[in-house]
Amino acid sequence: MKKQRSDSNPAPVMPALPEPLKDLKIKYTKVIVDHVSVFLFPPQADVDKAVEAARKAFELGSTWRTMDASERGRLLNKLADLVERDRLILATMETIDGGKLFSTAYLMDLGAGIKTLRYCAGWADKIHGRTVPMDGNFFTFTRHEPIGVCGQIIPWNFPLVMFIWKIAPALCCGNTVVVKPAEQTPLSALYMGSLIKEAGFPPGVVNIVPGFGPTAGAAISHHMDIDKVAFTGSTEVGKLIKEAAGKSNLKRVTLELGGKSPNIIFADADLDAAVEFAHIGLFYHQGQCCIAGSRIFVEEPIYDEFVRRSIERVKKYTLGDPLKPGVQQGPQIDKEQYKKILELIESGKKEGAKLECGGGPWGDKGYFIQPTVFSNVTDDMRIAKEEIFGPVQQIMKFKTIDEVIKRANNTTYGLAAAVFTKDIDKALTFAAALQAGTVWVNCYSALSAQCPFGGFKMSGNGREM
Amino acid sequence: ASPIPAPNPRPDIAYNKIFINNEWHDAVSKKTFPSINPATGEVICQVAEGAKADVDKAVKAAKAAFQLGSPWRRMDASQRGKLLNRLADLIERDRAYLAALETLDNGKPYAISYLVDLDMVVKCLRYFAGWSDKFHGKTIPLDGDFFCYTRLEPVGVCGQIIPWNFPLLMQAWKLGPALATGNVVVMKVAEQTPLSALYVASLIKEAGFPPGVVNIIPGYGPTAGAAIASHMDIDKVAFTGSTEVGHLIQKAAAESNLKRVTLELGGKSPNIIMSDADMDWAVDQAHFALFFNQGQCCCAGSRTYVQEDIYNEFVERSVEKAKARVVGNPFDFKTEQGPQVDEKQFKKILGYISTGQREGAKLLCGGNPAADRGYFIQPTVFGDVQDSMTIAREEVSAP
Repeated sequence: MKKQRSDSNPAPVMPALPEPLKDLKIKYTKVIVDHVSVFLFPPQADVDKAVEAARKAFELGSTWRTMDASERGRLLNKLADLVERDRLILATMETIDGGKLFSTAYLMDLGAGIKTLRYCAGWADKIHGRTVPMDGNFFTFTRHEPIGVCGQIIPWNFPLVMFIWKIAPALCCGNTVVVKPAEQTPLSALYMGSLIKEAGFPPGVVNIVPGFGPTAGAAISHHMDIDKVAFTGSTEVGKLIKEAAGKSNLKRVTLELGGKSPNIIFADADLDAAVEFAHIGLFYHQGQCCIAGSRIFVEEPIYDEFVRRSIERVKKYTLGDPLKPGVQQGPQIDKEQYKKILELIESGKKEGAKLECGGGPWGDKGYFIQPTVFSNVTDDMRIAKEEIFGPVQQIMKFKTIDEVIKRANNTTYGLAAAVFTKDIDKALTFAAALQAGTVWVNCYSALSAQCPFGGFKMSGNGREM
Repeated sequence: ASPIPAPNPRPDIAYNKIFINNEWHDAVSKKTFPSINPATGEVICQVAEGAKADVDKAVKAAKAAFQLGSPWRRMDASQRGKLLNRLADLIERDRAYLAALETLDNGKPYAISYLVDLDMVVKCLRYFAGWSDKFHGKTIPLDGDFFCYTRLEPVGVCGQIIPWNFPLLMQAWKLGPALATGNVVVMKVAEQTPLSALYVASLIKEAGFPPGVVNIIPGYGPTAGAAIASHMDIDKVAFTGSTEVGHLIQKAAAESNLKRVTLELGGKSPNIIMSDADMDWAVDQAHFALFFNQGQCCCAGSRTYVQEDIYNEFVERSVEKAKARVVGNPFDFKTEQGPQVDEKQFKKILGYISTGQREGAKLLCGGNPAADRGYFIQPTVFGDVQDSMTIAREEVSAP
């Protein structure tokens, strides 16, 4: 039976994909404070200087504090324009620095980054307080005021997008920021520093300090003059950040941490779509996504067929230089991650999961790992419990609704989840029953600037966007 | 205004144990601790002393009450509102008893317990009762061929640690929002003032809240409170108290399971009087801002800045007002100020007063204990206070 579709919504047209820049010159490699590149040492001194600048830019009566909210929006839109102008530079940079496929960087990362800047630009002058009919002879109103100096520590998997997800809402609300990009991928953030200056943001509003977590990152989370810290990264470091905030000045904390997200496939699902979404949901960006669907629960009757199709989907992969067209998978980000993933793959083999394909390194240069599929995975195995952050797909079997709800929720994580079914009752039940910040129905990884994002339990505190 | 019913200064203590699953339990350790009447220094009664083992029991009960499919999870949001309104009704029914109990345990004047604390408690519960079925999610026009909506869901098991300065009101402020939104609660009440909250527990059962939805544990901070802050199965901790302990709570939350944290801590709030203000009104309000509740308010206006040209007159009038403040038996309707909550606070305050004098502030009135028994302190006014002085920087929590 052919599915009835509306005739009037054609598929969206992607912009044409240019070739990556052959000759990328890295101009910005220093700490940026007050629009000025500085180089201080040790990292604490850099952070202190950045905080001082951010604090000054936030003083009552400063340019930034007296700027119309709509003008903040205009600056964010101008920044979006500049990112669009330099889209090719940034995409090439992101690929070289992060090992990301160029097509993905150009189309998805840059696309999402630009849209997020424009979305937040639109919000700037729509942040409403309220008048409140309280008891007694009083006039009461709430004012939404910027928190102040926001420390923002971002990861290496989506360097530019994470940079923009942090600064856009913060600037839209009138805060000033001190950003520490990941040591593995500082370049696009630093380039953004130059665009922020070009767009016309006052000095001190955005300050960028490249460095390492235990030094620069810790300096931020412990700082007595930072009002809030926002961190995206591992749960392990998230705990350190929150603890440091509690020890120092009780700064506000938001965290976006790890996940081990369940993807539940029922026999009544559209199997083609399910296999495809489960595949992209895991293998996107070499598996280096906090929302990766890394526990795929498949209903018994379709289990074998699902596994067969998943293996086939992955077998034809071309690995290689992410700048080149026709490559489907690039390298893992660094040696540390590479070793960790291989170790977890070995644990899968040792603990009795069935290795269907892949299972080891690829090539003799760089940090490439073969796309790997494990079937017959049971819930107690390490690969079913620990976040792998690599191209390793786990496929488990289930029988009943109650059983899979329990198993899906049986984790300290709670970032995302998905269910594939055509039955509306099942879909709505799972939307409510799954302990996850985002639940996808018949899709995976659908994210957009308009949606709030964040985790339950140890996947995070608070919501972004 | 309707007359305040005469208090019974010796109310019967019916509930002095740990409340779990709508039942009363001894502590697992069988230990008890005394609750003291601050007006006399005498023991009111012994109370079960909850610690980690009791917190574990309570969390287990709360988790079970929060299971998908449980009566509380399946209850209509509007029905949660009805239960909150019913609780408010029962508190109104037993208003005089609760006000007397609050005065006995905390020392605040009975007239104020009755007219202010109990009034605000009832209003708070009714306010949140009304919100129960109005927590809206959103549908969102996101990019792409998707239907997107947000659902507001209860956080889960909420650990709530409340202070001794407004025992009933702090309990209502914590329970109202948590229950309106469908959460379950493990509450630790202050060791100085456990009695009124435990009585309310009996009303929670009477109102019809399912077992395990609210669990209340009397006990100490370093034991029961710490057990809550570091519990691996509590989803959120809400704490009202000192900033010093607030640090410990956030650290413990981070080190354990990254539970969500909200904190209501101390203050040293500035009250700024310009020379164009209505002098009578300003003196009145500044007096109230500081002296209300024996000075034991997180929002006390404890730094009064007066514009130079009206300074002397303002100070003179403030001293007059402080001298006229009636300190005495909190059950007496004439009394405006009762005792401080316990011996620890009493000693700490006298220490601050002597520090104030030593650092050069001018003691204009008061400064001494106000009675031979109990923890009463004279209404005290310091003039010529500099910003660098200890009494200008630290929270004193005193009259």
